[in-house]
Amino acid sequence: MGSVASCSCGSEKKQEKERLLRANDRSYNLSFHYAKNAIKTSKYNVFTFLPLNLFEQFTRLANAYFLFLLVLQLIPQISSVPWFTTAVPLLAVLAITAVKDANDDINRHKCDKQVNNRLVNVLVDGHLKKEKWMNVQVGDIVKLESNHFVTADLLLLSSSEPLNLVYVETAELDGETNLKVKQALTVTGEMGDNIEALSTFRGEVRCEPPNNRLDKFKGNLTINGQTYGLDNDKVLLRGCTLRNTEWCFGLVIFGGPDTKLMQNSGKSTFKRTSVDHLMNVLVLCIFGILATLCAIMTIGHSLWEDKEGSVFTVFLPRVPDVDVPLSSFYSFWSYVIVLNTLVPISLYVSVEMIRLGNSFYIDWDRKMYYPKNDTPAQARTTTLNEELGQIKYIFSDKTGTLTQNIMTFNKCSINGKNYGELFDFSGQRVEITEKTQRVDFSWNQLADPNFIFHDYSLLETVKEGNPEARAFFRLLALCHTVMPEEKKEGELNYQAQSPDEGALVTAARNFGFVFRSRTPETITIMEMGRKVTCELLAVLDFNNVRKRMSVIVRSPEGKMTLYCKGADTIIYERLHPSCKKLMDVTTGHLNEYAGDGLRTLVLAYKDLEESYMDGWRQRHHEASTAMEGQEEMLNELYEEIEKDMTLLGATAVEDKLQDGVPQTIEQLAKADIKIWVLTGDKQETAENIGYSCNMLREEMKDVFIVAANTAEGVKEELQNARRKMCPEAAEEPSVIKARAGLFWLQKTETVRDEKVDGDYGLIINGHSLAFALEKDLELELLRTACMCQTVICCRVTPLQKAQVVQLVKKYKQAVTLAIGDGANDVSMIKAAHIGVGISGQEGMQAVLSSDFSFAQFRYLQRLLLVHGRWSYLRMCKFLRYFFYKNFTYTLVHFWYAFFCGFSAQTVYDDWFITLYNTVYTATPVLALGLFDQDVNDRWSFQYPQLYSPGQLNMYFSKKAFVRCMMHSCYSSLILFFIPWAAMHDTVRDDGKDIADYQSFALLAQTCLLVLVSAQVCLDTYYWTALNQLFVWGSLAVYFAVTFTMYSNGMFFIFTSVFPLIGAARNSLSQPNMWLTIFLTSLLCVLPVLAHRFIFMQIRPTITDKVKYKAQMEGQPAPARRLPRPRRISTRRSGYAFSHSQGYGVLVTSKRFLRLKSRSALFTKTDTALVENQPQYYRTITEEPEKSQG
Amino acid sequence: MVKEKKKSPDRPDNTAFTQQRLPAWQPILSAGIVIPGFVLIGLAFIGIGVGLFITSRDIQVLEMDYTGTEASSDCNKCAITNTKNCMCSLDFNISTLFKGPVFFYYGLTNYFQNHRRYGVSRDDSQLYGDLTNFKDPSTDCKPYRVDSNGKPIVPCGAVANSMFNDTFKLYQNVNGQRNLVPFDGKGIAWWTDYNVKFRNPSVEPLKNAFNDTVKPLFWTRAVYELDFSDPSNNGFLNQDFLVWMRRAALPNFRKLYRRITEGDYKEGLPAGNYTLEISYNYPVLRFDGRKKVVFSNVSWMGGKNDFLGIAYLVIGSLCVVMSMVMLIVYAKFKFPEDN
Repeated sequence: MGSVASCSCGSEKKQEKERLLRANDRSYNLSFHYAKNAIKTSKYNVFTFLPLNLFEQFTRLANAYFLFLLVLQLIPQISSVPWFTTAVPLLAVLAITAVKDANDDINRHKCDKQVNNRLVNVLVDGHLKKEKWMNVQVGDIVKLESNHFVTADLLLLSSSEPLNLVYVETAELDGETNLKVKQALTVTGEMGDNIEALSTFRGEVRCEPPNNRLDKFKGNLTINGQTYGLDNDKVLLRGCTLRNTEWCFGLVIFGGPDTKLMQNSGKSTFKRTSVDHLMNVLVLCIFGILATLCAIMTIGHSLWEDKEGSVFTVFLPRVPDVDVPLSSFYSFWSYVIVLNTLVPISLYVSVEMIRLGNSFYIDWDRKMYYPKNDTPAQARTTTLNEELGQIKYIFSDKTGTLTQNIMTFNKCSINGKNYGELFDFSGQRVEITEKTQRVDFSWNQLADPNFIFHDYSLLETVKEGNPEARAFFRLLALCHTVMPEEKKEGELNYQAQSPDEGALVTAARNFGFVFRSRTPETITIMEMGRKVTCELLAVLDFNNVRKRMSVIVRSPEGKMTLYCKGADTIIYERLHPSCKKLMDVTTGHLNEYAGDGLRTLVLAYKDLEESYMDGWRQRHHEASTAMEGQEEMLNELYEEIEKDMTLLGATAVEDKLQDGVPQTIEQLAKADIKIWVLTGDKQETAENIGYSCNMLREEMKDVFIVAANTAEGVKEELQNARRKMCPEAAEEPSVIKARAGLFWLQKTETVRDEKVDGDYGLIINGHSLAFALEKDLELELLRTACMCQTVICCRVTPLQKAQVVQLVKKYKQAVTLAIGDGANDVSMIKAAHIGVGISGQEGMQAVLSSDFSFAQFRYLQRLLLVHGRWSYLRMCKFLRYFFYKNFTYTLVHFWYAFFCGFSAQTVYDDWFITLYNTVYTATPVLALGLFDQDVNDRWSFQYPQLYSPGQLNMYFSKKAFVRCMMHSCYSSLILFFIPWAAMHDTVRDDGKDIADYQSFALLAQTCLLVLVSAQVCLDTYYWTALNQLFVWGSLAVYFAVTFTMYSNGMFFIFTSVFPLIGAARNSLSQPNMWLTIFLTSLLCVLPVLAHRFIFMQIRPTITDKVKYKAQMEGQPAPARRLPRPRRISTRRSGYAFSHSQGYGVLVTSKRFLRLKSRSALFTKTDTALVENQPQYYRTITEEPEKSQG
Repeated sequence: MVKEKKKSPDRPDNTAFTQQRLPAWQPILSAGIVIPGFVLIGLAFIGIGVGLFITSRDIQVLEMDYTGTEASSDCNKCAITNTKNCMCSLDFNISTLFKGPVFFYYGLTNYFQNHRRYGVSRDDSQLYGDLTNFKDPSTDCKPYRVDSNGKPIVPCGAVANSMFNDTFKLYQNVNGQRNLVPFDGKGIAWWTDYNVKFRNPSVEPLKNAFNDTVKPLFWTRAVYELDFSDPSNNGFLNQDFLVWMRRAALPNFRKLYRRITEGDYKEGLPAGNYTLEISYNYPVLRFDGRKKVVFSNVSWMGGKNDFLGIAYLVIGSLCVVMSMVMLIVYAKFKFPEDN
C-alpha cells in the first residue's frame, strides 16, 4: 500500500519550528494546535474510501492502462469493441482490490480504536481522572504505573524510585530488551506524588519540534524563571513500557502522530520479488509487441483502404472527412483496443491471489507449528512467496537462531575425575534423554528448579566433603560478575552478562554454593547452608587478550585466595609444575568435551600470602590511579599474580543448538544454498558452533581464518585463501556489467561464481570484516567468500550484517535470505530479499520487521524446500500459462485481420471477450497456482536438489517467455486457420450457411476454450478434485452462459445486447463443428505432448527423475538417522566467555551498585538458568572495547 | 480434543486442504501411456479421416462464375453496362444425376461483409419490429441511417442496403424445350432468425408501418414488397433478406438462394443441359469481386469439404509416425537410468 493518506496530518499546518508548552494550562497549549494523542494509522473513512482507494488503484500502471482503454472505447471512431468488454473485468479487478483494502483498513481502524481507548490517569483540576488515551493533550500531566505502556512522549517529572529514576523497556521502539534508566530533574522530582504540587506546577517547556530521532532530545524547562536543560534521559517515549517502577508522573510533550514512535513508523520499504521485476519488464515488452502488432495492422489497414476499401465504397462508403491516413490512425487505436488482452488485466490480481493463498499455506502448516510455545509459522508479507524458491544465500544469526541461547552446565572435570556422563553396569555410555532420571536438588532450598543434571556421583562427591569439589564450586560461586536479585527471601534471580556465567553460577548454586549477594567489597555465599561472606579484594577483569578472569577474596577465616577461570591454553601456562599429571588427565577430558562441541573453561586457584598481598594491593591501587600507562601496569600486575596456580578442573557448558539445526543445514547445503553465519559472538564461539552444527566439517580441505588488523593484512589473507582454493583464478575480479530492469535503467554488476574443488570454510572476524567491506577490498572478500562452502563472520555489528548482505545482493544478483531473532538482526533482515524472524522469543523486533516468521530454525528447510519451491513452481507455471492463454486468445484477432480488411473486427463475440479472463479461464489457472505440486513434501526433502531450478531461474525467464509466445503463435495459427479451412466453403447439413460470422465466432471461441482447458490440464502435475472441478466447471459455465446468452429469452429481454441469438443452437448441432474443435485441440496439444515426452527421454531433469521415482515407489524411504559423529578433533573449543571487558570495574564500582541496587539491570527471564538476552552492543559497557585478539 | 484446543489455540487445523495433502492423481508422461496413446489417436484419426473423405467425395458440387468479365460470357453485356434487370443466361451440362435435395447458392468473392464498419451498420431493434427505431434508427446505421431529406431508412444500415439483388431462374433443356426447375425459397434462413431475431411490426397492412420512411438507397423495391408472389414473405421476414443479413465471416462466401425439392426434381437434377437465367443487377466489378452460382447437395457432415478428411488423415498418419519416433527415442535413451 502506498502512503498517500499518511501525509494528511502534516499538511494542515506549517512546519513547526519549536514547541512551547506549559504544564496544566490547556488553553495556552491549545493555542498552538498541537496534535492530540489520538493516533490514526487507518487510511480511509467511510466517505473518503471510494475516491481515495480508486485514486490509489489507478496510480497502478495496469489499472491506469485499462482505464485509458476504457476511454478509448468510448470514442466512437475508434471503438472496435463495446465498452463493457473492458469495463466488466476492470470493475471486477477494482472491486476485489477494494474489498481487500477495505478489510485491511477496518483492521487498522479496530487497532487504532483499541489503542486510543486505553485508559490512563490524567491530572485534571487537581484530581487524577481516568481518561482515554486519545483525549490526552499536550501539557497534561499523566500518572503511569508499573507495566503500563507510556501514553505519549512524556517529560519525566517524578517517580516512586530513589533519585527519581524510572526503568523502561524499549523493545517496541528499538527492540532492545534490556531495561533503560531515565531520571527526572531534581526540581520536579521533589514533587513526588504530591497531587497538589503537581497540579499547581506551571513549568514551561521549550523544545525541538516533532522528529523521529529516538536517541536525541533537546529542550529546556523553565520553572519560576529558572531554566533547566532537558535531554533524552528525561523523556519517556511512547511505545516503551514502565518496569520495576511503582509509579511516575510525566508531562505530555508530544502526542499521537507527533510522538517519536509514530514518526518512525510507516516508512517500511516494499520488497518486490525478482518475478515481479521480470513481470514488469515483460509487461513492457508486451506493450512493445502490442504497438508493433498495431503498427502492422495500421499499415495493413492503409494498404487495404487504398486498394480494396476505395473500390468497395459502393457497399461501404467512407466515413465523411476521414481519409486513409486518418482512418489508419484510428485503426491503430482500434487495434490497441482489440489486442489489449495481450496485457492481461487480471494478471496482477491473480498473482496476488495466488501469493495470498500460498501464504496461507505457510500459516496453516502444522509442520511449521511449534507446540511448545504455541507459535505457528506466519507469512507476514504475502507478496514474496515465489522468491522463497529461489534463495541462493542464507545469512543467519547465531544466537537464538542456530542456538537456543541456553547454556547448560553439562559436564565437569574435578581433580582429574570426569562428571556428567552416565554409564550402565557394563561401563557403556548411556545416552541422556528427556526421560533420564535427574539429580534431585530438593535438599537445597535455594536451588534453581530448572537446573538439570544427571550424574549423581558429583552431588555425592560434594556432599562427602571432597575438598577439590568444594573448592571447585566455591570458585564458581565467587569468581564471576553476576548480579543477584532477591526480591523475596529464597527467590534468587541472577543477572549475568553472559549466559555462560549464569550457567556456571547456577550450577554452583544447585550444588550447594549459593551466590547470594554482593557489595562492592564483599560477596556473600551460602556454602552448604552456611552463610559465608568473603571480602572481595580485587577483580582481575576479563579481556580478550587475557582470556581469563580472576578474583582475589579473603575468606572469613582470613585466608586469601586467588580464583581464576579462563581458556585452557592460557591457564595451562600459568599453572604450578606440580599439576603436570592432573593437567594431562584434564586435557583428555577437555578434548572429549571439545569433541562434543561444548564450551570449556579451566579453573584454578592460588593461595596468597598476606604479606605479598599487601604489597600487591598497594601497587594495584597505584596502577589503577595512574594517569598514564594504566592498562599496561595493571596487566603486568595481573600477570605477576596469576601464576603458579593450582589446577582445580574444567567445566563444560553446552551452547544448546536448536533442534534439527545440523540436519537442516545439511539439507540446505544439498540444495546448493550457501549459508553465512553473521554473529556478534567471538570467533572461538562461532567456530565452535560452526562445527557443532555441521557447517564446518572435519573433511573440509581447509578452514581459513581471516583475523588481520590492517587492510593490507586482510587483503593478503583473503588472497592467500583464494589462491589456495583456486590457483588458476584470475587475480583481478571480473565484474560483468549489464543493464536490466524496466527500461534497462538499472545497472547491474555481477561477479561470476568460480568453481572450486572441495569444500572450504572461511572465518572472518569483525575487525577484518570492517576492512574487507571497504570499497577496494569488498570484491576480494566476495570472491573468496563465495568460493567457500561456509562463511562465518564473527564480532559483526548490525550495520556490518546489512553491509554483507548488500554486498552479496549487489554483485551476485542472487536471492538472499536473512534469518535472525534479535534487534541486531533487523538491519540484515530488512536488507535481504527475504527476512525471516524467529518468533516466540522475547524480542519481537526481528519478527516485526521480517517477512516470514516461525519458532525454530529447522522450519527454514520446510519453508524453502517445500513452500518456497512449490510457490515458485506454481507462480512460474501460472505465469507461463497465463501469458500463453492470453496471447493465443489475442493473436487470433491478428490473423483474422488479414481477412476482414484490417477493420478491427474481433473474432469472438463481445461477451466472450468480456468473460474470457474473468470467468471462463479464471479458476482453472488459480487452481494450478494454488494446488500444483510436482512431488510431495517428503520427496522434496529427500531430494533437496529439486530446489536448484529456482535458483537458476529455470521455470520462468525471458527465454521461457519467448518460448511461450512462440507456442502461442503456433496455437493461434491453428486456432484460426483450421476453422477457416474447415468452414470457408461449406454449409450445414441442412444446406444453410455455416460460414457466417456468428457461427465462425462461436467455433473459434469454443476451440479456444477447449484448447486452453486442455493446456491447463497438461500443465497440471497434481490433479486434485478441485482442479477437475474448476476445469470442467469452467467449460460447463461457458456452455451454459453461451446457450443462455444466445437464447430466445435473453433476446426478448435485451434485444440488441445479445445479437448472437441462436448461434449456439444452430452451430453446435453440426458434426463438422465438433470435428473441427476436436482437430484443433489435438493439433495444439499433441505436439506439446510429444515434445515433452521426447525431452524427458533425452534430457530428463532432476524433477522428471524424482517424479518418476515417486510414481514407482510412492513414499520415500524413511530418512536414515545417523547419530552425530563424535569429533576426534584436537581442536579445543575456545574460551567460553562471551561477554565484554570492563564489567569487573562496574561490579566493584560503588556508583553502579547504588544505582542498580533495586532494579533489574538486565532483562529478567523466567528461567533463572537462562539469561536470555542479546549479548552484544548493550549500553552497559562504560569503556568501549579497545582491542580484540 | 477440547482440552488440546485450549492448550494450543493457534495450532493450525489438520485437514488435507490446509496441509496440502489433498488426494490427487499425478499422471506422468510414461512411455506406456504416451506411445500407445499416439498410436491409438493416430488410428482413430485415420479412421475418421477416411470416413470424412469418402463422405465428402460423394457430395456433388457444381460451381459456376457468371461475373461476366470475360467477353465470351453471356453476362459480359450486363457487367459492362449498368442497366437494371439486365438478363443474361448461363448454359451448363450435368452428366450424371445430381442427387437431391439440391441446394442452389449464390457466391461472392472479395466481398467484405466481415468488415467491422459494415457489420455494425445495422439496427437489431428496428429489425425486431420496434417502431421507435423506425422513426429514429440507431446511429450504428450510419451512413445509411437517413436519406438526404432526413427521412429514416428502414431497414437501415450498410448490411441491409447492400442486399444481393440478382435473381435466378433455372431451366432444363429437354428436346429444345425449356422446363422451369421449381425453386423452393421457404425455410432457407435460420429458424431462429425467422422466428426470433427478426420480426415485422404488428401493423396491418404491413405497408403502413413504413410510412414516413424510405427504402434503402440501393434498393429498387421497399422491404414490404420484396416478394409479390407470397405476401407473407415480405418485410423483415423475407427469406432472402434474412439470409443476406446473416453476414459472412470471410470475404469469399456463398449464401443459400433456393432449394430444389419439388416436382420432377425431387430426386435431384437429372443429367442433361440446363440454362440459368440471371437477372443481373449486383455490381461487383468495381471492387474486383466475382459472382458465382453453386449447386450442391449435402451429407451428414454438411456440404463438400475435403479439408477435414484430409487433415484427419494427415494428422493421424503423423501421430503414428510420431509414435514410432518416440519409440525409437525411448528405446535408445530409456529414461530414467539411476539418479
